[in-house]
Amino acid sequence: MATKAETPLNTYEKIKEQAVQHWQRFESASVPKIAIGTATCGIAAGALETKKAFEEFLTEEGIEAIVRTVGCSGHCYAEPTVVIHCPYTDFPPILYYNVTPGKARMLIRSFIKDGDPLFEYMLGAMAPDELLPSVSDFPRFSKETRVVMEKCGLINPESIYEYVALGGYEALAKALELEPEGIIHQVKRSGLRGRGGAGFPTGVKWEIAREAEGPNSTKYVICNADEGDPGAYMDRTILESNPHQVLEGMIICAYAIGASKCFIYVRAEYPLAVKTITKAIEEAAQLGFLGESVLGSSFDIQVEVFQGSGAFVCGEETALVSSIEGKRGMPRHRPPFPAEKGLWDKPTVINNVKTFASVPPILNHGARWFRNIGTESSPGTAIFSVVGDVKHAGLVEIPTGVTLRTLVFEICGGPPNKKGFKAVQIGGPSGGCLPEAFLDIPIDFDTLTQAGAMMGSGGMVVMDEETCMVDVARYFLEFTQKESCGKCTFCRIGTRHLLEVLMRITRGEGEKGDIELLEELARHVKLGSLCGLGRTAPNPVLTSLKYFRDEYEAHIKEKRCPAMVCRSLTAFYIDLGKCARGCDACVGSCPTKAIFTTRDRKKAIDQELCVKCGECVVACPPEYNAVRKISPAHKVPIVERPEEDMQD
Amino acid sequence: MHNIESNNTLENKPCSDKGEGPAASEEEVIAARTKEILARFPHKRSSLIPILQAIQERLGYIDGISMEAVASHLGLALVEVYGVATFYNQFRFHPPGRHQIKVCLGTACHVRGGGIILENFERKLDIKSGETTSDREFSLDSVACVGCCALAPVAVIDEEIKGHMMPSKVEGIILGFELEKEKQAREKHDPGENGDQG
Repeated sequence: MATKAETPLNTYEKIKEQAVQHWQRFESASVPKIAIGTATCGIAAGALETKKAFEEFLTEEGIEAIVRTVGCSGHCYAEPTVVIHCPYTDFPPILYYNVTPGKARMLIRSFIKDGDPLFEYMLGAMAPDELLPSVSDFPRFSKETRVVMEKCGLINPESIYEYVALGGYEALAKALELEPEGIIHQVKRSGLRGRGGAGFPTGVKWEIAREAEGPNSTKYVICNADEGDPGAYMDRTILESNPHQVLEGMIICAYAIGASKCFIYVRAEYPLAVKTITKAIEEAAQLGFLGESVLGSSFDIQVEVFQGSGAFVCGEETALVSSIEGKRGMPRHRPPFPAEKGLWDKPTVINNVKTFASVPPILNHGARWFRNIGTESSPGTAIFSVVGDVKHAGLVEIPTGVTLRTLVFEICGGPPNKKGFKAVQIGGPSGGCLPEAFLDIPIDFDTLTQAGAMMGSGGMVVMDEETCMVDVARYFLEFTQKESCGKCTFCRIGTRHLLEVLMRITRGEGEKGDIELLEELARHVKLGSLCGLGRTAPNPVLTSLKYFRDEYEAHIKEKRCPAMVCRSLTAFYIDLGKCARGCDACVGSCPTKAIFTTRDRKKAIDQELCVKCGECVVACPPEYNAVRKISPAHKVPIVERPEEDMQD
Repeated sequence: MHNIESNNTLENKPCSDKGEGPAASEEEVIAARTKEILARFPHKRSSLIPILQAIQERLGYIDGISMEAVASHLGLALVEVYGVATFYNQFRFHPPGRHQIKVCLGTACHVRGGGIILENFERKLDIKSGETTSDREFSLDSVACVGCCALAPVAVIDEEIKGHMMPSKVEGIILGFELEKEKQAREKHDPGENGDQG
């Protein structure tokens, strides 16, 4: 414990004072302030070009302004997003969406120079305003409750002062004044469950680790940021947007269980997240939040980044441990659980990014506050990356207990282009596809598991009516089959057989009895596998068989893909009644030169050459809209190619 | 393993891959660079994956020569190193192309036609996913998810993420690289010449 003269809280207050000064200097500046979201998704949408454009035009115009980069606010559909605040106008900070370099120039001319905020480019005002619509009035904002992502998109992730100025690391300072048992007790009372997918009570895990092998033995804390689910990226975004909150939660955990070393296991495929968290560790060490005698106390902690090498199975905690030890990432038998015998056989707490990031708010606001958010059995918030066929894709943090319908339709706007909703896939390759009938179930760990899906790490892919469920099941099986580590026979060989049957069905070679075979195989793989990967791998097949059996039957019996996705069962043709004479729009779009001109100067598709990419559908002018899809493929009308070569 | 001896000599040789006589062979460069990297890491098993990552970052791939050196540095059998390296998706064992193309096949990209994008690259470059063109100009891979699902389908071209891919964009990207290469070749040939199209 710290000496009485300088308590951790005192030390912290001094640092915070500096941070607040730093923040106020920025806040009170009278020049325009431009904040650009530059997490990976923002950069992919062109945020760096936008930033460059702002800087260049400002210099050109001779305007002084502060251009800063912030993390991601979760509104991926609107990237690149920019918040502009002109203190000399009456407007509050305004959020603009899809800001291209061209729009950046317009905004500087109109808003920053002339005071016209350009309504057509804005999403809304960041604070209530009489004139402008406020973003908090939109369901995409108002239905969210932000605990973990509260500061994401507001602060610069590369500046620790901004995090501290908004109250960051206060929970750590408070924690260091408590007995470790007191912290564990609070976390237990908050009801926090592991956000990695399985939902194990976090406080209980910490307690087991604290008590294992006595308080003086070597212990470790590992943050699991090996986000391998295809379609999930919230851990990456949190690390890129607010790394310090995760770091703070980890250090508190280390203090609570008596560990002296932490690892952050992050995928090497996330270079920006690796860079951001590495910078955060350096900054935190400089200010004394980690390293020797944290905040003047007698507690020492080292934090190291370990880059995962891209094996999905390493998201499983015992496989992750093997990987840090320099071995193949193969799961071990549990028990003993890592909390008792983990890294190098020492007690190890392994928690997800979101779990650690939930800890500082719990200590700041109290366990009861946290319990009051969400449902009784899974309190707190859940973060989903809602992607696929929705209008407002991105990260959404909602209290548990919100229904799927609210999430998909109200918050994310439902499928675009007036297409119908078909299913939502939750929990990645381990989860399941739920149809419309399940949209009204409240989201929490237990209800989703009952429905046959799983909270997983929070990937959610919305599928519209043009998605083939058999193809989706095949896709996930292909993934798990490739990622199976090979240790258990049922997982290694069983998933392969499942995949082969599914491939046959999607190729139109399905046979009677295939559905029953799939069901039987799935059951065996579930029973005969050691870790979560194998035990959950058949879920996508089982749920799609349960809720979309008719699609499997259409594939097998009629060789028809109802959604017209499976390419062996589908063909494209041009409706000669609609096709315009002399129009060439589709010809250039075809990558295989399969489109030829008929005798009466219309177009037709050579079925031998067609690879069914669908480019001609996009290329065909909407006033003709002549390209059609048909399934089964043999029903396609055949147009003979004229003898002479028509290509000129 | 018979290679241990050669690895020892490699360890003992003074390290200077730059300017060491005329034109060091590719093997010598690989050995020297690997040695430089190994010097930064302790002889601990837990360094294995970070070492492999460092080698791949420096050399672009992991050569057999490097793996042998790693094995002797850590006191492991070569098969152990090979077993770990091949277990993880990150590591590649052939030199990559000058331009690396990775097509995302995550769930969102799959649903939105990522497979068709990959197929188009395969057709245009005349290689399969996981291969490099014979002129070592392009290599093509698929990745599980780059985490930009809202922009699906996505391809990563030399670290740059391209969102909302379409088959027609594939051609444009490759054409762009080819034009650039031609331009560079032209500049090399006659550096003084410019703008004679007027």
